[in-house]
Amino acid sequence: MTLDLPFIWAALIAFAVLAYVILDGFDLGVGILFPFMPHRKHRDEMMNSVAPVWDGNETWLVLGGGGLFAVFPLAYAVIMPALYAPLIVMLLGLIFRGVAFEFRWKTERGRFLWDWAFAGGSTLAAFAQGIALGALVQGIPVADRAYAGGWWDWLTPFSLLTGVALVVGYALLGATWLVYKAEGEVQARAYRFAMLAAIGTVALIGAVSLWTPFLRDIYMQRWLAWPQILYTAPVPLLVAATTFVLLKSLREKRELSPFLASLALFVLCFVGLGIGFYPYIVPHSVTIWDAAGPDASLGFLLIGALALLPLILAYTAYSYWVFRGKVNAKGGHYH
Amino acid sequence: MDFSDALLLARIQFAFTVSFHIIFPAFSIGLASYLATLEGLWLWTGRRVFLDLFNYWKKIFAVAFGMGVVSGIVMSYQFGTNWSVFSDKVGPVIGPLMGYEVLSAFFLEAGFLGIMLFGLNRVGPRLHFFATLMVAFGTFLSAFWILSANSWMHTPQGHAINEAGQFIPVDWWQVIFNPSFPYRLAHMLLAAYITTALVVGATGALHLLRDRADPAARIMFSMAMWMAAIVAPIQAVVGDMHGLNTLKHQPAKIAAMEGHFDTYEGAPLILFGIPNDREERVDYKVEIPRLGSFILTHDWSGKVRGLKEWPREQRPPSRIVFWSFRIMVGAGLLMIALGLWTLLLRWRRTLYDAPWTWRAALLMGPSGFVAVLAGWITTEVGRQPWTVYGLLTTAQSVSPIDAAAVGTSLVAFIVVYFALFGAGTFYLLRLMYKQVAAGADELPRDEPIRAAGITPAPVMREAGGAP
Repeated sequence: MTLDLPFIWAALIAFAVLAYVILDGFDLGVGILFPFMPHRKHRDEMMNSVAPVWDGNETWLVLGGGGLFAVFPLAYAVIMPALYAPLIVMLLGLIFRGVAFEFRWKTERGRFLWDWAFAGGSTLAAFAQGIALGALVQGIPVADRAYAGGWWDWLTPFSLLTGVALVVGYALLGATWLVYKAEGEVQARAYRFAMLAAIGTVALIGAVSLWTPFLRDIYMQRWLAWPQILYTAPVPLLVAATTFVLLKSLREKRELSPFLASLALFVLCFVGLGIGFYPYIVPHSVTIWDAAGPDASLGFLLIGALALLPLILAYTAYSYWVFRGKVNAKGGHYH
Repeated sequence: MDFSDALLLARIQFAFTVSFHIIFPAFSIGLASYLATLEGLWLWTGRRVFLDLFNYWKKIFAVAFGMGVVSGIVMSYQFGTNWSVFSDKVGPVIGPLMGYEVLSAFFLEAGFLGIMLFGLNRVGPRLHFFATLMVAFGTFLSAFWILSANSWMHTPQGHAINEAGQFIPVDWWQVIFNPSFPYRLAHMLLAAYITTALVVGATGALHLLRDRADPAARIMFSMAMWMAAIVAPIQAVVGDMHGLNTLKHQPAKIAAMEGHFDTYEGAPLILFGIPNDREERVDYKVEIPRLGSFILTHDWSGKVRGLKEWPREQRPPSRIVFWSFRIMVGAGLLMIALGLWTLLLRWRRTLYDAPWTWRAALLMGPSGFVAVLAGWITTEVGRQPWTVYGLLTTAQSVSPIDAAAVGTSLVAFIVVYFALFGAGTFYLLRLMYKQVAAGADELPRDEPIRAAGITPAPVMREAGGAP
């Protein structure tokens, strides 16, 4: 019996990337909302709501990048140079916000600086990730096992749109997270931001979705040709249903539903992207099987991944469970 | 220097980011074990001062570990951005080793770091001590995988090359336990221990200079000096063994370290000089006849190969390697001297009445980092012109990149690293400047609880809420 190791690994890495986007998404979103919450006590409360979990969330990014290097070295070797500038900007943004988490509590005088580092770094990282996503959707030219495009190919009107879309989308995740975790003034503001971000996110999802088929024929065929449309139509229909649930739950001042609905929106968009990309790992030049390393590499790492990932997931779930309920500015949680 | 050369800029960028990065893991590896030792002593003796010390260094560990994680994320993406050809060709072998590092480090962080930082009145001393041990073990695991990957680049084996030009693993056991790995691992772990001991010793010395009766400062200083006295000489022996292993597998590197351009039977030991790669000689040299052969071959007239045996394009740059090696050895000799001197003071019962020794120990505080960096420069620059020794050159490894892109990102990294890690180092020093508070517990009250992992219900009660 032979396993299709490249396929298994593609699924695992897709899962790691999705885990990263929805987990780090809400704590980046909290950073994006920082400038709109001027009071120090509110900011403390916001930061405390993600403090216990943020670095665990960010580790999925290393897992995704490291996994790509180990399992699909050709894809890693093509995508990284192609997205050179947005990736560097993203890394710098993540460095800023990462140290801001540590240092903001260590100083009184310098606190405003770390506040800016946290907000700026979060926004920059989100925007860069959105641009990277747009560049991937546009497709990456490959020749002779190397990136064959120019240095500025990632910068197009489309990728700027996806950049803005991801910033707004993360702000939605951040705002609905705060609705779930915060109380009083912070929660009241979070409701308002969540409403704005929800409308913005859905509008931007619509804009990106309408634009995409005109970028390349392959998307047109995937999404709009008969009979594939029977398979792909559920995705936009589900997005519409989720949007309805999201807006309704915000109007009814629910606490957890808006966050779950926002997560569902992200998962649906991710599935939509997957439909557009499959079977390519570098859209639309290198397939999963072309990019995969030898089975000896994939199998060796799979043993460790299958042993450790469930434990990591269990721990992650457990720590979210422990820190469930409301947060306050003193860093405590209670429920 | 030609700053329009993408390859050179990519190399500088890697050297810069990895040099910044290694400082934090080196410190974390040693500090995690030191924390485990302190906690073990506290459990064993019941003396409160060990617990105070544990809580003191725990906060420092949290900051250092955080900076190590953040600077490590950059490393995991840099292979792809600047060294894409290397990534494609070597990924199947090195990638899984690094993948295991991420998995094991992630597991440790998610599972045990939180408990360790939390303080033990929440989970009970036994579980807490277990967590501290696991954090220390996790730092070992990280070092194990990363050094295995790095060693394979120096002494590759257990692989084949496929038609696409990729290295593919044939025998993982051979890949992981490649010839230079055991020596490199031992050398680096000991280096991390000594580095941390010197920082702890300098902190103890600082507090002794302020208050010679401070019991916590006495313990710190004494423990650190035991470490210097015992482990620094052992490190010299391990380093020598590592050097002999290098002579066997990378003779050109040794020739560059020793400044030997000609092959000798009965080579001198060149103490100082300025290697001149272009003219193939060492200027202004001070040498001891025949000692070089004796050290390397244990025979006064043993044959030692010089750089002229290799074509010019296959020689590492001797000037850098020659000097970085001497800086490392010089720092090591100073550490041994400090350790032995404190042994003498112990014997004379004047360890806690020796302000000049304390000042010396304070000055020696950063010397471990200097030695670690110099050692890495020696081995990595000495690997040139190869990334995978004898099989793939550095010039072949680089991405098809634009010098402007690499240059811009290099400037950005330099500015950001100096600003942020400068601030981080400042906070670390400020933490070490504080005296060890007796009977204090926990992180400052106004800080949030930061943990991923097991945080049982009592935490919640402690944290100011009722579950």
